[in-house]
Amino acid sequence: MKKYLFVLRKPAHSGAQVQEMLDIILTTAAFDQQVGILLLDDGVFQLKNGQQPDIAGMKDIAAIFKALEIYEVHDVYTEVESLRERGLKPKDLCLPVREFYRKDIASLMKRYDVVFSG
Amino acid sequence: MKFAIQINNSPYQSNTGHTAYQFIKAVLAQGHEVFRVFFYQDGIYHAFKYATPPDDELQFTAQWSELARQYQLDLVVCISAAQRRGLLCADEAKRQGKMDNDLAEGFRISGLGQLVEATLEADRFIVFG
Repeated sequence: MKKYLFVLRKPAHSGAQVQEMLDIILTTAAFDQQVGILLLDDGVFQLKNGQQPDIAGMKDIAAIFKALEIYEVHDVYTEVESLRERGLKPKDLCLPVREFYRKDIASLMKRYDVVFSG
Repeated sequence: MKFAIQINNSPYQSNTGHTAYQFIKAVLAQGHEVFRVFFYQDGIYHAFKYATPPDDELQFTAQWSELARQYQLDLVVCISAAQRRGLLCADEAKRQGKMDNDLAEGFRISGLGQLVEATLEADRFIVFG
């Protein structure tokens, strides 16, 4: 078993990429690997409450995130500065997240075997 | 060292695919192993058999096919990413009631499990794009 950290930096509806990354995350979790997710930069918007993706012809990304629990993915992290720079608070997000300061992100990454950018 | 590679960009969207190609050639030349190359998202466009660039441009797909032949490289195209973008091998097209056979020589189509397996097997996993 390996420990995977998926680092998501794209906004919620930037084409099919977000959905295709979530497919990798769900497949990795289905293979019984340990999975963590880190939302950085515009990636924090992927968890934003109140998305209306149907207007943009997209799937509801936030709903896929809620399915992560079924796959026993509980470690969802975000960066204090990324939220703050975008005027977001943890209560604006659809999942409970653990916040890390930017200075601590490198040591978080060191805890994982594979850091998967997407 | 054993490498696994993922490529996410199409040949004409960015040069990351070609960078990956050069990286893989360098890795193999130094005697390392490339366990698998996984084409995902717009990276699947590298596997289109009928891409026909002008003669004075790089022939990306043909280069991959040649590299696969030379080193018995395992070039895997994600099935869901491929189908979404209209790349079907003959078997899959038949199953879907369609007429098509787009997959270039040296590539094979499979699922995301092959990517996860590659990341588990490899000492180093690198994403291009």
